Amino acid sequence: MREVTVRVNGAPRTGSVEARKTLADFLRDDLDLTGTHIGCEHGVCGACTVIVDGRAVRSCLMLAVQAAGSEITTIEGLATAQPQPTSPDRPPGAGLGTLQQAMWDSHSFQCGFCTPGFVMQATAYLDAHPDAGEQEIREALSGNICRCTGYQSIIDGVLLAAQRSREA
Amino acid sequence: MPVKLPYVEYEAPTTMAEAVDLLAEHQDEASVLAGGQSLIPLMALRLARPAVLIDINGLSELVGVSVTDGTVAIGAMTREYVAEDSATVGDTVPLLAAALPLIGHDAIRSRGTIGGSLAHADPAAELPAVALALDAEFVVRSRAGERVIPAADWFEGYLATSRRPDEILAEVRFPAAGPGTGVAFLEVARRHGDFAIVGLAVSLTLADGVISDARLAFAGVSDVPIRAAAAEDFLSGERPSAELFAEAARRATAGLDPPADLNGSSEYRKQVAATLVRRGLQAAADNAYERQ
Repeated sequence: MREVTVRVNGAPRTGSVEARKTLADFLRDDLDLTGTHIGCEHGVCGACTVIVDGRAVRSCLMLAVQAAGSEITTIEGLATAQPQPTSPDRPPGAGLGTLQQAMWDSHSFQCGFCTPGFVMQATAYLDAHPDAGEQEIREALSGNICRCTGYQSIIDGVLLAAQRSREA
Repeated sequence: MPVKLPYVEYEAPTTMAEAVDLLAEHQDEASVLAGGQSLIPLMALRLARPAVLIDINGLSELVGVSVTDGTVAIGAMTREYVAEDSATVGDTVPLLAAALPLIGHDAIRSRGTIGGSLAHADPAAELPAVALALDAEFVVRSRAGERVIPAADWFEGYLATSRRPDEILAEVRFPAAGPGTGVAFLEVARRHGDFAIVGLAVSLTLADGVISDARLAFAGVSDVPIRAAAAEDFLSGERPSAELFAEAARRATAGLDPPADLNGSSEYRKQVAATLVRRGLQAAADNAYERQ
């Protein structure tokens, strides 16, 4: 077993892992960050995408030991506060980040399984390409699969977020 | 179906000397782990069962792009997104720059490396076709020293190269594109970022309106990337025209016998290959005029 220390969503986290454990399993099983979803486990579906040192990566294609010393952002790190049940004095999506809110407003998701991967990929892409247009966003998200096939509303949400960020 | 990765020993050397010692010890029991974007899936699918992973991500000496006397040397562990963003690569190896955005998806290029893709040698991948088209050179190192292998001798079969089990691919050298050279990398895939059903790397050099050098290499039509030598010879010394490119497409694909799979029959691949040659030559010629 090997000791691994990473910074996840701003906080140092340590675990003891076998070399063969992927970063995805480390996040979920050892750090209880189950927002990162595991779909295909061989790098095809994009559901497990997280941000490592500023770049979107597939956490099923990276070993936990390789992440030692890295700065990692997962879906749990995007909201400014934990989402709460909606009530008359608490509008839907309170505490969500700009992209999350825009995707909420655009009804971007159906079953939600692919959501964390899409959101993390889009977050990394918009950070690097704030002026991206629809075609660029489609290509940037081409590695994420939504089996409900709700792609159009996902693209709409990312475009809305890009627009709101530019206007802010 | 993929499952959790099989048990494997893990070594993370921090110098080339340590890395080649480990490979000398473990030989073909070991797999070299670069970006992991192909090896990790192969392990998940049990298509690869190395006893030891030798992770060379700590070898910073294998990262970087340098240009010396018309040769562009790219360290094997240079990430694909870094090469994609490199102005040096764009200026000096435009064919590589054209192919890089087509590799996998954004998140794959975050980890994937130039050397990893070329050592993996998937015949449908982009970089093997680029390296073959440009007659790149592969620098491999072992405890016994260094060998430099021309691209024509590198690709030996499906996922097989002339790298020996005790060698590590350290660097890939590309010739810098001269004036009058235009390039194109075209592919047909099910969606952006998927492996090409057929891909084509083209480099055309024009001097006084005449083709002085033509290079075409296919991805996805055989168990290795394939140069279209007959078409290259035919094009040399001619003036670009639609008729010329149509005949080149016929000659480039005459001897092809592409594999069939669920993405396309052999006949379909051959048809796509011919279309890509016509379009690719025109695109490369247009690019050459722009760069003059």
